[in-house]
Amino acid sequence: MNNSKPNKFWGFALKEFRHIFRDKRTLLIIFGMPIAQLLIFGYVVTNEIKDANIAIYDKSGDYLSQKLTSKLASSGYFIPTTFLHSENEIEPALRSGKAKMVIVYEPDFAKKFFKEGSAAIQIITDASEPNTASLLANYAWAIINSFATENGIKEFAAAPIDIRVRMLYNPELKAVFMFVPGTMALILMLLTAMMTAISIAREKELGTMEVLLVSPLKPSHIVIGKVLPYVGLAFTNSIVILLLGFTVFGLPIKGSLALLLLVCFIFILLALSLGILISTISKTQQVAMFISMIGLMLPTILLSGFIFPIENMPVILQWFSLIMPPRWFISAIKTIMIKGEGIAYVWKEMLIMIGMIVFFLTLSIKKFKVRLS
Amino acid sequence: MESKEIIIEVDNLVKKFGQFVANDNLTFKVYKGEIFGFLGANGAGKTTAIRIMSGLLEPTSGKINVAGFNAYTQRDLIKANIGYMSQKFSLYDDLTVKENIRFFGGIYGLYGKVLKARIDELLSDLKMTEFKNDLISSLPLGWKQRLSFSVAMIHKPVIIFLDEPTGGVDPITRRSFWEMIHQVASQGTTVFVTTHYMDEAEYCDRVTIMVDGRIEALDSPANLKKTFNASSMDEVFVMLARKAKSA
Repeated sequence: MNNSKPNKFWGFALKEFRHIFRDKRTLLIIFGMPIAQLLIFGYVVTNEIKDANIAIYDKSGDYLSQKLTSKLASSGYFIPTTFLHSENEIEPALRSGKAKMVIVYEPDFAKKFFKEGSAAIQIITDASEPNTASLLANYAWAIINSFATENGIKEFAAAPIDIRVRMLYNPELKAVFMFVPGTMALILMLLTAMMTAISIAREKELGTMEVLLVSPLKPSHIVIGKVLPYVGLAFTNSIVILLLGFTVFGLPIKGSLALLLLVCFIFILLALSLGILISTISKTQQVAMFISMIGLMLPTILLSGFIFPIENMPVILQWFSLIMPPRWFISAIKTIMIKGEGIAYVWKEMLIMIGMIVFFLTLSIKKFKVRLS
Repeated sequence: MESKEIIIEVDNLVKKFGQFVANDNLTFKVYKGEIFGFLGANGAGKTTAIRIMSGLLEPTSGKINVAGFNAYTQRDLIKANIGYMSQKFSLYDDLTVKENIRFFGGIYGLYGKVLKARIDELLSDLKMTEFKNDLISSLPLGWKQRLSFSVAMIHKPVIIFLDEPTGGVDPITRRSFWEMIHQVASQGTTVFVTTHYMDEAEYCDRVTIMVDGRIEALDSPANLKKTFNASSMDEVFVMLARKAKSA
């Protein structure tokens, strides 16, 4: 029976695959969730401004104000949907949500512009969504200024310093560049950690874990046999996500693909070790699921820099984000994909993730031994 | 039992969980081919003892030999030579009959032709050949129980441990299950069974009654009834269990 070991593993993996492929719901979660989430985050949850509805209150109505309005419209950021005729209409337009921003031209706009060299424009935004409001105002401000320059005035409000911001690496400020790495972290974390935790908890619930433990298999063999299929699935998923990001959202992979996949692989192992740790503290599938959801999903979304920049967090939360595994993964793959840097710039992240794997596995083994003695 | 070959030898077994003493100086011998019953109320320490003997738990102290192997140093060898079945029947509901047998055969190191032959043998013994591709979830409880027992015997162990194997099963199914146990024992396999059905105690060659982690009685059902002047094992058990602190 010298070659029985590979057979044991194979048998184990085969059984695990059968569990997965016979359960339509699991299958749907594994392959449907990544695609759905990527598309949702990519298309719906976005902080870009595109086709924002705005209202125009043009008190002058001359050719110049109309020209500016059409320039705003042609920028692609704004659609002037509503035209107002009195001050009283401004607030209802914002309140009803018909317009995110109102642009008010002063009377005799063209005359003042050319004779006095200055004309006033009022920009009113709906700051109940502060991020959107400030973005809208900034975009409008930029368009108006360039319009002024084109028409002979240096600036609407003369600024002593000419600030030019150049956006490096992501010049078009595409939100999707931020969301794909984040979504990938979220999906790999949830899928791998949650599925492993649930599947181990399931064996405990059914009593089969006991049978496996009294068999000649070593506990480490049981765990490896159980998680092996999930490594394969998670890896397939990360390739699907990268492909989707590339084909649908045009996300570049500037750095080495091999390095990128290696980082994904390390992160998958990290998620697995977390899943194993969760399974050692949960007796039932429900508990495993609950801990994975609360313990992994929320921190991944909120504290990893996925949606909210870490630099803007309170200092305590910034420290807290240091122990969030996805933070390091997101940082590493952004560096590789968007900046195109090599291992010299991501070794720190990789080392931290490997350190976390060792830590979680050691903790799990300790927990496991305590339970058995 | 004419050979009286000792297969399990337990001498002053103590198992403590912190301050709690789960097994308090257990001493007994089990002979080859014997059906050895282990009775006791819930929490009397049955499961702990069975876990120690099956190599799952390490004892605190005492000398324990199972199938000729030491329970401290040779737990892997013990595991390879025993079978174990729990009250949950422990089969995978979403796998077929054949897949379950093959999987458990695989973890006991069977493979290739040997495994294939063993699967066919098991299926025909159980008269389940025509249901081999049915999912476990579609089987009646009694079938699951018999299959679970056969799966635990797939590697032809010298001892089989049954931890409350008849829980939740109707009397007729229990009866036919005990017939299986007797058949296995008559072929030389030692059966170590825990139960709290007192009528089942009557089917055992010898029974131990555990109360609060200690062995209160150990003999054949007939002798026990004589000693305690009782008409049934139930009476014997109630007499002994009344002494329990926890009762």
